[in-house]
Amino acid sequence: MDTRIDLRVDGEQRSLTVDTRTTLLDALRERLGVTSPKKGCDHGQCGSCTVLLDGRRATTCLALAVAHTGSEITTAAGLSDGDDLHPVARAFLDHDGLQCGYCTPGQICSAVGMLDEAKAGWPSLVTEHAEDSAALDESELDDEEIRERMSGNLCRCGAYTNIVTAIREASNGGNR
Amino acid sequence: MIPFDYQRADHAEGAVAAVGDRSGATFLGGGTNLVDHLKLGITEPELLIDITRLPFDAIDPLPDGGVRIGATVRNSDLAAEAIIRQRYPVLSQALLSGASGQLRNLATTGGNLLQRTRCPYFQDVTTPCNKREPGSGCSALNGYTRNHAILGASEHCVATHPSDMAVALAALDATVQVTGPNGQRGIPVTDLHRLPGDEPHRDTVLEHGELITSVDLPELPRSTRSRYRKVRDRASYAFALVSVAAVLEIEGDTVREARIALGGVAHKPWRASTAEQALRGAPTTEESFRSAAEAEIAQAQPLADNEFKLPMARNTLTATLRDLAGKESR
Ligand SMILES: Cc1cc2nc3c(=O)[nH]c(=O)nc-3n(C[C@H](O)[C@H](O)[C@H](O)COP(=O)(O)OP(=O)(O)OC[C@H]3O[C@@H](n4cnc5c(N)ncnc54)[C@H](O)[C@@H]3O)c2cc1C
Ligand code: SF4
Ligand code: FES
Ligand code: FES
Repeated sequence: MDTRIDLRVDGEQRSLTVDTRTTLLDALRERLGVTSPKKGCDHGQCGSCTVLLDGRRATTCLALAVAHTGSEITTAAGLSDGDDLHPVARAFLDHDGLQCGYCTPGQICSAVGMLDEAKAGWPSLVTEHAEDSAALDESELDDEEIRERMSGNLCRCGAYTNIVTAIREASNGGNR
Repeated sequence: MIPFDYQRADHAEGAVAAVGDRSGATFLGGGTNLVDHLKLGITEPELLIDITRLPFDAIDPLPDGGVRIGATVRNSDLAAEAIIRQRYPVLSQALLSGASGQLRNLATTGGNLLQRTRCPYFQDVTTPCNKREPGSGCSALNGYTRNHAILGASEHCVATHPSDMAVALAALDATVQVTGPNGQRGIPVTDLHRLPGDEPHRDTVLEHGELITSVDLPELPRSTRSRYRKVRDRASYAFALVSVAAVLEIEGDTVREARIALGGVAHKPWRASTAEQALRGAPTTEESFRSAAEAEIAQAQPLADNEFKLPMARNTLTATLRDLAGKESR
């Protein structure tokens, strides 16, 4: 069943007609040619399809495109301004947080969303005293916190060590 | 995936009528379970009614001191909400131990409760499964049963319920509010999910077209302490092998009241009433915690590959109680 939908993708207004079965990931990649989000598992398990959906990190392979008409989507590509990389992307490059690079766009979107969550004081399972709703100072995110909060992104190349370093540095940088 | 129609509902009555009128219609929440099932061919609805824009996205204090959680509240928002973290930490912890940050941003309260089993045979449409196709048989029984039930199973199905949140809600004595073709009703969370019996295809007591509108938490006495503890194959982002939600009231060195539910062990969140009974009035000692846990697990019947869950459940329960006894409050 075809339906007309509107999306704002990386700042650009896009309209298209999709079959109701189309996922947001397939709409982006196959229909709009936005290939920054990657299809890894296609079942919500790997995080490589992560984008910022209305400002929050979300996997797109289990989201139906029709259900998200009117949404604002930012992909890893859209986070950077041309050659001016987003600080998180910059940190990935500086710390060699990528090998094949397949998981990287999802990792970067997830890290950006995650740092905002931490800034808003959201707890994680490793947060001590989750009862305290006082805002968590994101510069206090230690490696254990970063690993827990980023656990939805799997990297088959095992670039984790450098990814953690990159995110730690980006969170300390503070100028996101 | 067979073609389907999609409609966005803007009021509950319309959503209930749209689904109630058609046997092939179903509600769509965040889609993180349903869309997976569409892809796998586990379910083939002809109409999806998207309920995520219904006005059930708030977390409100109730006049009786409890809290009402709207059915479309996202798991991440619920876990982060101050009133939940302060008054029901067990619920916040359970949510944070489920899925990943990205998925919790999509998943809803109603959808999380109604997510279906992760039994690998249920998810593989090429294998017989009584839950997916009634009467076809259970592939797990003669298959690999590491992740399956040790309590309350039947010869027709040995699957476990995967939700972490539901385990915490069971220990909190939460009530699910639903509205359906025959009006509204409240169902204690502990009665929402069913044991498999000879009808494992029915996960819950809900009738077709019944919509979850909210989950209501009762007020807890100030002195209550609660905690969720989950054991899994890796440190994060995996379903529970065994989990424990415990809510205790302790007076001096005595347990006044205990409410405990176990996850990963049964077809539904398993309310550990035998352990609860053993704990009421018992001293807060390692021995009484251990013997309560032993009494509960004495009823368990392991399968070929999951005998390890017995000591795991016993020890996790004992350790959770010990932790809580050492805490100040809540
Ligand atoms: C990789 C992965 C890992 C996961 N790990 C965990 C984990 O560790 N622990 C855990 O608990 N969960 C885990 N989950 C499951 C996840 O929590 C659920 O998929 C999610 O909570 C379902 O919510 P939803 O809103 O997306 O539901 P949907 O997929 O939209 O719906 C699920 C079901 O509920 C029905 N439904 C939805 N809302 C209502 C309502 N209000 N009234 C009536 N019916 C309704 C739908 O018709 C459907 O049948 C994991 C999922 C994935 C993909
Ligand atoms: S355990 Fe239940 S869900 Fe799994 S194969 Fe058997 S009948 Fe199906
Ligand atoms: S492709 Fe979406 S999580 Fe793997
Ligand atoms: S860098 Fe290759 S998958 Fe992560």
